[in-house]
Amino acid sequence: MVPTPARGQGDRWERWGRKSSPVTTVTTRTHPATSGFGHATGLSCRECGKVYELGPHYACEECFGPLEVRYDYPRLSRADIEAGPPNMWRYAPLLPVPADIAERPTTEPGYTRLIRADNLAHALGMRRLWIKDDRGNPTHSFKDRVVAVALAAATEMGFKVLACPSTGNLANAVAAAAARAGIRSVVLVPADLELGKIITTSVYGGTFVTVDGTYDDVNRLASELAGEHPDWAFVNVNVRPYYAEGSKTLAFEIAEQLGWRLPEQVVVPIASGAQLVKVDKGFGELTSLGLVPQTPWRVFGAQASGCSPVSAAFAAGHDVVRPVRPSTIAKSLAIGNPADGPYVLDVVRRTGGSIADVSDDEVVDSIRLLAGCEGIFGETAGGVTLGVLRKLLKEGQLDPEAETVIINSGDGLKTLDAVIAAVDVPAPIRPTLEAFQEAMS
Amino acid sequence: MTVQVRIPTILRSYTGGAAEVTAAEGTLREVIAGLDATYPGLGGRIIDDGGNLRRFVNVYVGDEDVRFAQGLDTRVPPGERVSVIPAVAGGAPGATANAGPDGVIGR
Repeated sequence: MVPTPARGQGDRWERWGRKSSPVTTVTTRTHPATSGFGHATGLSCRECGKVYELGPHYACEECFGPLEVRYDYPRLSRADIEAGPPNMWRYAPLLPVPADIAERPTTEPGYTRLIRADNLAHALGMRRLWIKDDRGNPTHSFKDRVVAVALAAATEMGFKVLACPSTGNLANAVAAAAARAGIRSVVLVPADLELGKIITTSVYGGTFVTVDGTYDDVNRLASELAGEHPDWAFVNVNVRPYYAEGSKTLAFEIAEQLGWRLPEQVVVPIASGAQLVKVDKGFGELTSLGLVPQTPWRVFGAQASGCSPVSAAFAAGHDVVRPVRPSTIAKSLAIGNPADGPYVLDVVRRTGGSIADVSDDEVVDSIRLLAGCEGIFGETAGGVTLGVLRKLLKEGQLDPEAETVIINSGDGLKTLDAVIAAVDVPAPIRPTLEAFQEAMS
Repeated sequence: MTVQVRIPTILRSYTGGAAEVTAAEGTLREVIAGLDATYPGLGGRIIDDGGNLRRFVNVYVGDEDVRFAQGLDTRVPPGERVSVIPAVAGGAPGATANAGPDGVIGR
Protein backbone atom coordinates (compact mmCIF):
# COMPACT_ATOMS: atom_id res chain seq x y z
CA MET A 1 0.00 0.00 0.00
CA VAL A 2 1.21 3.48 -0.80
CA PRO A 3 1.51 5.48 2.41
CA THR A 4 -0.68 8.52 2.71
CA PRO A 5 1.59 11.50 2.25
CA ALA A 6 1.95 14.23 4.80
CA ARG A 7 -0.21 17.25 4.16
CA GLY A 8 1.24 20.66 3.67
CA GLN A 9 -0.37 24.02 3.82
CA GLY A 10 -0.54 27.08 1.69
CA ASP A 11 -0.84 25.91 -1.90
CA ARG A 12 -3.37 27.61 -4.08
CA TRP A 13 -5.79 24.72 -3.95
CA GLU A 14 -5.92 24.82 -0.16
CA ARG A 15 -7.87 28.03 -0.38
CA TRP A 16 -10.67 26.28 -2.21
CA GLY A 17 -11.79 24.41 0.88
CA ARG A 18 -10.25 20.99 0.41
CA LYS A 19 -11.68 18.48 2.84
CA SER A 20 -9.45 17.21 5.61
CA SER A 21 -10.12 13.50 5.13
CA PRO A 22 -8.68 11.73 2.11
CA VAL A 23 -11.27 8.96 2.32
CA THR A 24 -14.90 9.97 2.18
CA THR A 25 -17.63 8.08 0.43
CA VAL A 26 -21.00 9.01 -0.97
CA THR A 27 -23.57 6.35 -0.37
CA THR A 28 -26.84 7.56 -1.81
CA ARG A 29 -27.94 8.51 -5.28
CA THR A 30 -30.20 11.36 -4.28
CA HIS A 31 -27.86 13.43 -2.13
CA PRO A 32 -25.43 15.90 -3.62
CA ALA A 33 -21.77 14.97 -3.69
CA THR A 34 -20.13 15.87 -0.39
CA SER A 35 -16.64 14.46 -0.75
CA GLY A 36 -13.60 15.64 -2.59
CA PHE A 37 -14.13 12.66 -4.84
CA GLY A 38 -17.69 13.59 -5.76
CA HIS A 39 -19.94 10.59 -6.26
CA ALA A 40 -17.05 8.11 -6.37
CA THR A 41 -17.40 5.55 -3.62
CA GLY A 42 -14.31 3.41 -3.83
CA LEU A 43 -11.83 1.53 -5.95
CA SER A 44 -12.05 -2.06 -7.08
CA CYS A 45 -9.58 -4.40 -8.69
CA ARG A 46 -10.37 -5.03 -12.32
CA GLU A 47 -8.86 -8.50 -12.07
CA CYS A 48 -9.89 -10.00 -8.73
CA GLY A 49 -12.60 -7.59 -7.57
CA LYS A 50 -11.00 -6.65 -4.24
CA VAL A 51 -12.47 -3.36 -3.04
CA TYR A 52 -10.47 -0.46 -1.60
CA GLU A 53 -11.41 2.83 -0.01
CA LEU A 54 -10.76 5.90 -2.09
CA GLY A 55 -7.15 6.86 -1.56
CA PRO A 56 -3.68 6.69 -3.05
CA HIS A 57 -3.98 3.11 -4.28
CA TYR A 58 -3.25 2.23 -7.88
CA ALA A 59 -2.58 -1.49 -8.01
CA CYS A 60 -4.28 -4.36 -6.21
CA GLU A 61 -2.40 -5.60 -3.18
CA GLU A 62 -3.51 -9.14 -3.98
CA CYS A 63 -2.79 -9.51 -7.67
CA PHE A 64 -1.29 -6.22 -8.93
CA GLY A 65 -4.40 -5.73 -11.06
CA PRO A 66 -5.43 -2.19 -12.02
CA LEU A 67 -7.96 -0.39 -9.86
CA GLU A 68 -11.17 1.10 -11.17
CA VAL A 69 -13.14 4.01 -9.68
CA ARG A 70 -16.65 2.98 -8.56
CA TYR A 71 -19.54 5.39 -8.20
CA ASP A 72 -22.92 5.73 -6.69
CA TYR A 73 -24.19 7.56 -9.72
CA PRO A 74 -26.37 10.60 -9.08
CA ARG A 75 -29.63 11.33 -10.81
CA LEU A 76 -28.60 13.53 -13.66
CA SER A 77 -30.47 15.10 -16.55
CA ARG A 78 -29.29 16.51 -19.84
CA ALA A 79 -30.42 19.93 -18.60
CA ASP A 80 -28.21 19.61 -15.50
CA ILE A 81 -25.21 19.00 -17.71
CA GLU A 82 -26.11 21.68 -20.25
CA ALA A 83 -26.33 24.23 -17.43
CA GLY A 84 -22.73 23.50 -16.47
CA PRO A 85 -19.59 25.36 -17.53
CA PRO A 86 -18.36 25.17 -21.14
CA ASN A 87 -15.60 22.72 -20.27
CA MET A 88 -15.25 19.16 -18.97
CA TRP A 89 -16.46 20.13 -15.52
CA ARG A 90 -20.02 20.09 -16.87
CA TYR A 91 -19.66 16.32 -16.34
CA ALA A 92 -18.20 16.64 -12.82
CA PRO A 93 -20.94 14.45 -11.27
CA LEU A 94 -19.57 11.54 -13.35
CA LEU A 95 -15.95 12.10 -12.32
CA PRO A 96 -14.03 11.56 -9.04
CA VAL A 97 -13.79 15.30 -8.40
CA PRO A 98 -15.30 17.68 -5.84
CA ALA A 99 -18.59 19.42 -6.62
CA ASP A 100 -16.89 22.83 -6.70
CA ILE A 101 -14.19 21.77 -9.14
CA ALA A 102 -15.21 24.39 -11.69
CA GLU A 103 -14.37 27.14 -9.19
CA ARG A 104 -10.84 25.89 -8.54
CA PRO A 105 -7.74 26.92 -10.47
CA THR A 106 -7.53 24.33 -13.23
CA THR A 107 -6.74 24.69 -16.91
CA GLU A 108 -10.47 24.09 -17.62
CA PRO A 109 -10.02 21.57 -20.40
CA GLY A 110 -12.62 20.02 -22.63
CA TYR A 111 -15.69 20.83 -24.63
CA THR A 112 -13.51 20.87 -27.70
CA ARG A 113 -15.06 20.99 -31.14
CA LEU A 114 -16.76 18.05 -32.79
CA ILE A 115 -16.25 18.88 -36.44
CA ARG A 116 -18.45 17.52 -39.22
CA ALA A 117 -15.88 16.44 -41.80
CA ASP A 118 -17.89 16.39 -45.01
CA ASN A 119 -14.90 16.89 -47.30
CA LEU A 120 -13.01 14.04 -45.74
CA ALA A 121 -16.10 11.85 -45.69
CA HIS A 122 -16.59 12.49 -49.39
CA ALA A 123 -12.95 11.67 -50.12
CA LEU A 124 -13.28 8.40 -48.24
CA GLY A 125 -16.73 7.46 -49.52
CA MET A 126 -18.36 7.73 -46.12
CA ARG A 127 -21.86 8.94 -45.34
CA ARG A 128 -21.11 10.89 -42.14
CA LEU A 129 -17.78 11.46 -40.42
CA TRP A 130 -16.96 13.62 -37.42
CA ILE A 131 -13.63 14.61 -35.92
CA LYS A 132 -13.38 15.16 -32.19
CA ASP A 133 -10.64 17.76 -32.28
CA ASP A 134 -8.76 17.84 -29.00
CA ARG A 135 -6.26 20.36 -30.27
CA GLY A 136 -8.63 22.81 -28.62
CA ASN A 137 -7.50 21.93 -25.11
CA PRO A 138 -5.32 24.36 -23.13
CA THR A 139 -2.05 22.60 -23.99
CA HIS A 140 -3.39 21.29 -27.28
CA SER A 141 -3.95 17.63 -26.51
CA PHE A 142 -6.45 15.40 -24.71
CA LYS A 143 -3.99 15.03 -21.84
CA ASP A 144 -5.34 18.18 -20.20
CA ARG A 145 -8.51 16.20 -19.45
CA VAL A 146 -6.84 13.39 -17.55
CA VAL A 147 -4.40 15.66 -15.77
CA ALA A 148 -7.21 17.88 -14.52
CA VAL A 149 -8.86 14.91 -12.80
CA ALA A 150 -5.52 13.65 -11.49
CA LEU A 151 -4.75 17.08 -10.04
CA ALA A 152 -8.06 17.14 -8.18
CA ALA A 153 -7.46 13.65 -6.76
CA ALA A 154 -3.83 14.35 -5.92
CA THR A 155 -4.80 17.48 -4.03
CA GLU A 156 -7.55 15.67 -2.18
CA MET A 157 -5.06 13.01 -1.11
CA GLY A 158 -2.48 15.54 0.02
CA PHE A 159 0.20 15.00 -2.60
CA LYS A 160 2.47 18.03 -2.92
CA VAL A 161 4.04 17.52 -6.34
CA LEU A 162 2.43 16.75 -9.70
CA ALA A 163 4.68 14.46 -11.74
CA CYS A 164 4.68 12.19 -14.76
CA PRO A 165 6.65 10.14 -17.23
CA SER A 166 5.57 11.32 -20.65
CA THR A 167 5.85 11.06 -24.39
CA GLY A 168 5.41 14.84 -24.48
CA ASN A 169 1.75 15.80 -24.46
CA LEU A 170 1.34 14.70 -20.86
CA ALA A 171 4.44 16.66 -19.89
CA ASN A 172 2.86 19.81 -21.35
CA ALA A 173 -0.39 19.20 -19.51
CA VAL A 174 1.19 18.41 -16.13
CA ALA A 175 3.55 21.38 -16.24
CA ALA A 176 0.72 23.75 -17.16
CA ALA A 177 -1.79 22.37 -14.66
CA ALA A 178 0.75 22.51 -11.84
CA ALA A 179 1.66 26.09 -12.72
CA ARG A 180 -1.99 27.09 -12.69
CA ALA A 181 -2.59 25.33 -9.36
CA GLY A 182 0.53 26.83 -7.83
CA ILE A 183 2.27 23.56 -7.06
CA ARG A 184 5.57 22.03 -8.19
CA SER A 185 5.80 19.77 -11.22
CA VAL A 186 8.36 17.11 -12.08
CA VAL A 187 8.21 15.63 -15.58
CA LEU A 188 10.38 12.97 -17.19
CA VAL A 189 10.53 12.41 -20.94
CA PRO A 190 12.63 10.37 -23.38
CA ALA A 191 15.54 12.48 -24.59
CA ASP A 192 14.69 11.95 -28.29
CA LEU A 193 11.34 13.71 -27.98
CA GLU A 194 10.25 16.22 -30.60
CA LEU A 195 11.73 19.67 -29.92
CA GLY A 196 8.27 21.22 -29.95
CA LYS A 197 7.16 19.13 -27.01
CA ILE A 198 10.32 19.92 -25.07
CA ILE A 199 9.85 23.66 -25.49
CA THR A 200 6.14 23.48 -24.71
CA THR A 201 6.92 21.79 -21.42
CA SER A 202 9.89 23.78 -20.20
CA VAL A 203 8.14 27.10 -20.76
CA TYR A 204 5.87 26.42 -17.78
CA GLY A 205 8.76 26.05 -15.36
CA GLY A 206 8.89 23.18 -12.92
CA THR A 207 11.46 20.40 -12.92
CA PHE A 208 12.05 18.88 -16.35
CA VAL A 209 14.19 15.78 -16.85
CA THR A 210 15.15 14.18 -20.17
CA VAL A 211 16.08 10.50 -19.95
CA ASP A 212 18.24 8.44 -22.28
CA GLY A 213 15.83 5.67 -23.13
CA THR A 214 12.40 4.86 -24.51
CA TYR A 215 9.11 5.86 -22.94
CA ASP A 216 8.95 2.43 -21.33
CA ASP A 217 12.31 3.09 -19.68
CA VAL A 218 11.04 6.45 -18.44
CA ASN A 219 7.85 4.86 -17.20
CA ARG A 220 9.79 2.29 -15.25
CA LEU A 221 11.91 5.02 -13.66
CA ALA A 222 8.75 6.88 -12.70
CA SER A 223 7.26 3.78 -11.11
CA GLU A 224 10.38 3.40 -9.00
CA LEU A 225 10.42 7.10 -8.11
CA ALA A 226 6.79 6.90 -7.04
CA GLY A 227 7.82 4.37 -4.43
CA GLU A 228 10.56 6.65 -3.14
CA HIS A 229 8.63 9.93 -3.04
CA PRO A 230 5.33 9.33 -1.27
CA ASP A 231 4.22 12.94 -1.64
CA TRP A 232 4.70 12.99 -5.44
CA ALA A 233 1.63 12.25 -7.51
CA PHE A 234 2.74 10.61 -10.74
CA VAL A 235 -0.50 11.26 -12.52
CA ASN A 236 -0.41 8.19 -14.75
CA VAL A 237 1.18 5.90 -12.17
CA ASN A 238 0.11 6.26 -8.56
CA VAL A 239 -2.95 8.43 -9.28
CA ARG A 240 -3.85 6.49 -12.39
CA PRO A 241 -7.32 5.21 -11.42
CA TYR A 242 -8.50 8.82 -11.12
CA TYR A 243 -6.44 10.20 -13.99
CA ALA A 244 -7.79 7.71 -16.50
CA GLU A 245 -11.39 8.68 -15.70
CA GLY A 246 -10.78 12.04 -17.39
CA SER A 247 -10.87 10.39 -20.81
CA LYS A 248 -14.55 9.55 -20.31
CA THR A 249 -15.28 13.19 -21.02
CA LEU A 250 -14.36 12.60 -24.67
CA ALA A 251 -17.28 10.18 -24.88
CA PHE A 252 -19.61 12.49 -22.94
CA GLU A 253 -18.85 15.42 -25.23
CA ILE A 254 -19.17 13.40 -28.43
CA ALA A 255 -22.62 12.23 -27.34
CA GLU A 256 -23.79 15.65 -26.20
CA GLN A 257 -22.46 17.37 -29.32
CA LEU A 258 -24.22 14.82 -31.51
CA GLY A 259 -27.47 15.87 -29.83
CA TRP A 260 -27.43 13.32 -27.01
CA ARG A 261 -26.90 10.16 -28.98
CA LEU A 262 -24.00 7.82 -29.60
CA PRO A 263 -22.07 7.40 -32.85
CA GLU A 264 -22.27 4.00 -34.48
CA GLN A 265 -18.49 3.75 -34.82
CA VAL A 266 -15.60 5.45 -33.07
CA VAL A 267 -11.90 5.17 -33.93
CA VAL A 268 -9.50 5.83 -31.05
CA PRO A 269 -5.69 5.88 -31.01
CA ILE A 270 -4.00 3.38 -28.70
CA ALA A 271 -0.98 4.26 -26.58
CA SER A 272 -1.52 2.75 -23.13
CA GLY A 273 -5.04 1.94 -24.31
CA ALA A 274 -6.72 3.78 -21.43
CA GLN A 275 -8.37 6.37 -23.66
CA LEU A 276 -10.10 3.74 -25.77
CA VAL A 277 -11.28 1.84 -22.73
CA LYS A 278 -12.60 4.99 -21.09
CA VAL A 279 -14.42 6.19 -24.20
CA ASP A 280 -16.26 2.90 -24.13
CA LYS A 281 -16.93 3.28 -20.41
CA GLY A 282 -18.27 6.79 -20.99
CA PHE A 283 -20.72 5.59 -23.64
CA GLY A 284 -21.81 2.87 -21.24
CA GLU A 285 -22.41 5.31 -18.41
CA LEU A 286 -24.49 7.66 -20.56
CA THR A 287 -26.57 4.73 -21.73
CA SER A 288 -27.18 3.28 -18.30
CA LEU A 289 -28.03 6.71 -16.88
CA GLY A 290 -30.63 7.20 -19.61
CA LEU A 291 -28.90 10.28 -21.01
CA VAL A 292 -28.72 8.79 -24.50
CA PRO A 293 -30.89 6.24 -26.30
CA GLN A 294 -29.65 2.69 -25.99
CA THR A 295 -27.98 2.14 -29.33
CA PRO A 296 -25.01 -0.06 -30.20
CA TRP A 297 -21.55 1.33 -30.79
CA ARG A 298 -18.42 -0.23 -32.21
CA VAL A 299 -14.96 0.75 -30.98
CA PHE A 300 -11.94 0.59 -33.29
CA GLY A 301 -8.32 0.97 -32.20
CA ALA A 302 -5.43 2.57 -34.08
CA GLN A 303 -1.70 1.98 -33.71
CA ALA A 304 1.43 2.79 -35.67
CA SER A 305 3.07 -0.28 -37.21
CA GLY A 306 6.30 0.60 -35.44
CA CYS A 307 4.58 0.13 -32.11
CA SER A 308 1.62 -2.16 -32.59
CA PRO A 309 1.53 -4.74 -29.81
CA VAL A 310 -2.23 -4.46 -29.32
CA SER A 311 -2.94 -4.64 -33.04
CA ALA A 312 -0.71 -7.71 -33.26
CA ALA A 313 -2.48 -9.38 -30.33
CA PHE A 314 -5.86 -8.62 -31.90
CA ALA A 315 -4.81 -10.10 -35.23
CA ALA A 316 -3.43 -13.20 -33.53
CA GLY A 317 -6.55 -13.73 -31.44
CA HIS A 318 -4.63 -13.33 -28.19
CA ASP A 319 -6.10 -11.83 -25.03
CA VAL A 320 -2.75 -10.67 -23.67
CA VAL A 321 -0.26 -8.29 -25.24
CA ARG A 322 3.38 -9.09 -25.83
CA PRO A 323 5.54 -5.98 -25.30
CA VAL A 324 7.54 -4.56 -28.20
CA ARG A 325 10.32 -2.02 -28.59
CA PRO A 326 8.78 1.02 -30.32
CA SER A 327 10.14 2.57 -33.49
CA THR A 328 7.73 5.06 -35.03
CA ILE A 329 7.34 8.78 -35.70
CA ALA A 330 4.12 8.63 -33.67
CA LYS A 331 5.97 9.11 -30.40
CA SER A 332 2.86 9.98 -28.44
CA LEU A 333 1.65 6.43 -29.15
CA ALA A 334 5.04 4.75 -28.68
CA ILE A 335 4.26 2.67 -25.62
CA GLY A 336 5.65 -0.79 -26.18
CA ASN A 337 4.11 -2.29 -23.07
CA PRO A 338 0.60 -0.83 -23.02
CA ALA A 339 -0.90 -1.32 -19.59
CA ASP A 340 -4.51 -1.35 -20.78
CA GLY A 341 -3.84 -3.59 -23.76
CA PRO A 342 -5.85 -6.58 -22.51
CA TYR A 343 -8.83 -4.35 -21.78
CA VAL A 344 -8.62 -2.74 -25.21
CA LEU A 345 -8.88 -6.22 -26.70
CA ASP A 346 -11.92 -6.91 -24.51
CA VAL A 347 -13.68 -3.69 -25.53
CA VAL A 348 -12.99 -3.99 -29.24
CA ARG A 349 -14.09 -7.62 -29.39
CA ARG A 350 -17.17 -7.01 -27.25
CA THR A 351 -18.37 -4.14 -29.40
CA GLY A 352 -17.63 -5.79 -32.74
CA GLY A 353 -14.82 -3.39 -33.63
CA SER A 354 -11.33 -4.01 -34.89
CA ILE A 355 -7.72 -2.85 -34.45
CA ALA A 356 -5.21 -2.08 -37.18
CA ASP A 357 -1.87 -0.36 -37.63
CA VAL A 358 -0.34 1.83 -40.31
CA SER A 359 3.19 2.67 -41.44
CA ASP A 360 4.89 5.99 -40.74
CA ASP A 361 4.47 6.95 -44.41
CA GLU A 362 0.74 6.31 -44.12
CA VAL A 363 0.68 8.42 -40.95
CA VAL A 364 2.24 11.39 -42.74
CA ASP A 365 -0.07 10.93 -45.73
CA SER A 366 -3.09 10.97 -43.44
CA ILE A 367 -1.87 14.07 -41.59
CA ARG A 368 -1.76 15.82 -44.95
CA LEU A 369 -5.14 14.45 -46.01
CA LEU A 370 -6.78 15.72 -42.81
CA ALA A 371 -5.13 19.11 -43.20
CA GLY A 372 -5.99 19.38 -46.87
CA CYS A 373 -9.61 18.25 -46.53
CA GLU A 374 -10.66 19.90 -43.29
CA GLY A 375 -8.06 22.48 -42.31
CA ILE A 376 -7.10 20.44 -39.27
CA PHE A 377 -3.40 19.94 -38.59
CA GLY A 378 -3.33 16.92 -36.35
CA GLU A 379 -0.30 15.45 -34.67
CA THR A 380 1.09 12.06 -35.57
CA ALA A 381 -1.47 10.28 -33.38
CA GLY A 382 -4.21 11.91 -35.45
CA GLY A 383 -2.47 10.65 -38.58
CA VAL A 384 -2.42 7.16 -37.11
CA THR A 385 -6.12 7.30 -36.35
CA LEU A 386 -7.13 8.56 -39.78
CA GLY A 387 -4.71 6.12 -41.42
CA VAL A 388 -6.35 3.23 -39.62
CA LEU A 389 -9.82 4.52 -40.52
CA ARG A 390 -8.79 4.44 -44.18
CA LYS A 391 -7.26 0.99 -43.86
CA LEU A 392 -10.28 -0.51 -42.12
CA LEU A 393 -12.61 1.05 -44.69
CA LYS A 394 -10.57 -0.54 -47.46
CA GLU A 395 -10.65 -3.88 -45.71
CA GLY A 396 -14.40 -3.63 -45.27
CA GLN A 397 -14.17 -3.79 -41.49
CA LEU A 398 -15.58 -0.29 -40.99
CA ASP A 399 -19.01 0.49 -42.40
CA PRO A 400 -18.88 3.61 -44.64
CA GLU A 401 -22.63 4.08 -44.15
CA ALA A 402 -22.41 4.17 -40.35
CA GLU A 403 -21.95 7.47 -38.56
CA THR A 404 -18.34 7.56 -37.42
CA VAL A 405 -16.26 9.69 -35.06
CA ILE A 406 -12.46 9.74 -35.07
CA ILE A 407 -10.41 11.34 -32.33
CA ASN A 408 -7.66 13.80 -33.16
CA SER A 409 -5.91 13.82 -29.81
CA GLY A 410 -3.26 16.47 -30.41
CA ASP A 411 -1.81 19.31 -32.44
CA GLY A 412 0.44 18.95 -35.48
CA LEU A 413 2.40 22.01 -34.42
CA LYS A 414 4.04 19.82 -31.76
CA THR A 415 5.24 17.22 -34.25
CA LEU A 416 6.57 19.32 -37.12
CA ASP A 417 9.58 17.02 -37.44
CA ALA A 418 7.31 14.24 -38.61
CA VAL A 419 5.99 16.09 -41.65
CA ILE A 420 8.77 18.52 -42.55
CA ALA A 421 10.16 16.27 -45.28
CA ALA A 422 6.74 15.67 -46.81
CA VAL A 423 5.54 19.22 -47.30
CA ASP A 424 6.55 21.59 -50.08
CA VAL A 425 8.60 24.58 -49.01
CA PRO A 426 8.80 26.77 -52.12
CA ALA A 427 11.92 28.60 -53.16
CA PRO A 428 11.63 32.42 -52.81
CA ILE A 429 10.80 34.55 -55.82
CA ARG A 430 11.62 38.14 -56.75
CA PRO A 431 8.87 40.57 -55.62
CA THR A 432 7.55 41.19 -59.14
CA LEU A 433 4.35 40.24 -60.98
CA GLU A 434 6.40 38.48 -63.63
CA ALA A 435 8.17 36.30 -61.11
CA PHE A 436 4.86 35.43 -59.45
CA GLN A 437 3.25 34.49 -62.75
CA GLU A 438 6.28 32.42 -63.65
CA ALA A 439 6.10 30.60 -60.32
CA MET A 440 2.39 29.90 -60.85
CA SER A 441 2.83 28.54 -64.36
CA MET B 1 26.87 -14.99 -4.26
CA THR B 2 23.83 -12.80 -4.04
CA VAL B 3 21.68 -10.48 -6.12
CA GLN B 4 19.78 -7.35 -5.12
CA VAL B 5 16.01 -7.23 -5.48
CA ARG B 6 14.03 -3.97 -5.52
CA ILE B 7 10.68 -4.41 -3.80
CA PRO B 8 7.73 -2.21 -4.83
CA THR B 9 5.87 -0.33 -2.14
CA ILE B 10 2.89 -2.61 -2.53
CA LEU B 11 4.94 -5.66 -1.42
CA ARG B 12 7.04 -4.11 1.32
CA SER B 13 4.72 -5.44 4.00
CA TYR B 14 6.38 -8.81 3.28
CA THR B 15 9.91 -7.46 3.71
CA GLY B 16 9.37 -5.49 6.90
CA GLY B 17 9.29 -2.30 4.91
CA ALA B 18 12.61 -2.92 3.16
CA ALA B 19 12.81 -1.42 -0.33
CA GLU B 20 15.72 -3.63 -1.35
CA VAL B 21 16.62 -7.13 -0.21
CA THR B 22 19.19 -9.75 -1.19
CA ALA B 23 18.62 -13.22 -2.58
CA ALA B 24 20.76 -16.06 -3.89
CA GLU B 25 21.76 -15.92 -7.56
CA GLY B 26 20.27 -18.27 -10.14
CA THR B 27 17.49 -18.07 -12.63
CA LEU B 28 14.79 -15.52 -11.93
CA ARG B 29 12.52 -18.38 -10.88
CA GLU B 30 15.15 -19.51 -8.36
CA VAL B 31 15.68 -15.97 -7.11
CA ILE B 32 11.95 -15.57 -6.47
CA ALA B 33 11.80 -18.97 -4.79
CA GLY B 34 14.66 -17.87 -2.54
CA LEU B 35 12.82 -14.69 -1.69
CA ASP B 36 9.69 -16.65 -0.86
CA ALA B 37 11.66 -18.84 1.52
CA THR B 38 12.92 -15.77 3.37
CA TYR B 39 9.72 -13.74 3.08
CA PRO B 40 6.86 -16.27 2.99
CA GLY B 41 4.06 -15.32 0.60
CA LEU B 42 6.09 -12.89 -1.47
CA GLY B 43 6.64 -15.33 -4.34
CA GLY B 44 2.93 -15.89 -4.78
CA ARG B 45 2.41 -12.19 -5.39
CA ILE B 46 4.81 -12.25 -8.31
CA ILE B 47 4.08 -15.68 -9.78
CA ASP B 48 0.56 -17.01 -10.29
CA ASP B 49 -0.82 -20.45 -9.49
CA GLY B 50 0.19 -21.65 -12.94
CA GLY B 51 3.82 -20.83 -12.29
CA ASN B 52 3.87 -17.84 -14.63
CA LEU B 53 4.64 -14.19 -14.01
CA ARG B 54 1.47 -12.41 -12.99
CA ARG B 55 -0.16 -10.44 -15.78
CA PHE B 56 0.30 -7.06 -14.14
CA VAL B 57 3.85 -7.42 -12.86
CA ASN B 58 6.90 -6.28 -14.76
CA VAL B 59 10.24 -7.75 -13.72
CA TYR B 60 13.57 -6.40 -14.89
CA VAL B 61 16.99 -8.03 -14.59
CA GLY B 62 19.29 -5.04 -14.79
CA ASP B 63 17.66 -2.91 -17.48
CA GLU B 64 16.14 -5.84 -19.34
CA ASP B 65 12.43 -6.58 -19.16
CA VAL B 66 12.47 -10.35 -18.66
CA ARG B 67 9.60 -10.70 -21.11
CA PHE B 68 12.14 -9.74 -23.78
CA ALA B 69 14.60 -12.25 -22.33
CA GLN B 70 13.88 -15.77 -21.09
CA GLY B 71 11.11 -14.88 -18.66
CA LEU B 72 11.41 -16.73 -15.39
CA ASP B 73 14.34 -18.67 -16.85
CA THR B 74 16.34 -15.48 -17.28
CA ARG B 75 19.71 -15.81 -15.58
CA VAL B 76 20.41 -13.35 -12.75
CA PRO B 77 24.20 -13.16 -12.35
CA PRO B 78 25.88 -12.31 -9.03
CA GLY B 79 25.65 -8.63 -8.12
CA GLU B 80 22.86 -7.96 -10.63
CA ARG B 81 19.75 -6.07 -9.61
CA VAL B 82 16.21 -7.36 -10.07
CA SER B 83 13.35 -4.83 -10.07
CA VAL B 84 9.75 -5.83 -9.50
CA ILE B 85 7.34 -3.14 -10.68
CA PRO B 86 3.54 -3.07 -10.90
CA ALA B 87 2.40 -2.69 -14.51
CA VAL B 88 -0.06 0.03 -13.77
CA ALA B 89 -3.15 0.20 -15.91
CA GLY B 90 -6.13 2.44 -16.09
CA GLY B 91 -9.69 1.42 -15.65
CA ALA B 92 -11.91 -0.64 -17.80
CA PRO B 93 -15.60 -1.16 -18.36
CA GLY B 94 -17.54 -2.53 -15.49
CA ALA B 95 -18.44 0.45 -13.33
CA THR B 96 -21.77 0.39 -15.04
CA ALA B 97 -23.65 -1.55 -17.62
CA ASN B 98 -22.09 -1.81 -21.06
CA ALA B 99 -23.87 -2.24 -24.32
CA GLY B 100 -22.50 -4.71 -26.83
CA PRO B 101 -22.88 -4.61 -30.59
CA ASP B 102 -26.42 -5.86 -30.26
CA GLY B 103 -27.24 -3.11 -27.80
CA VAL B 104 -27.69 -5.57 -24.97
CA ILE B 105 -26.81 -4.11 -21.61
CA GLY B 106 -24.69 -6.21 -19.36
CA ARG B 107 -21.75 -8.40 -19.85
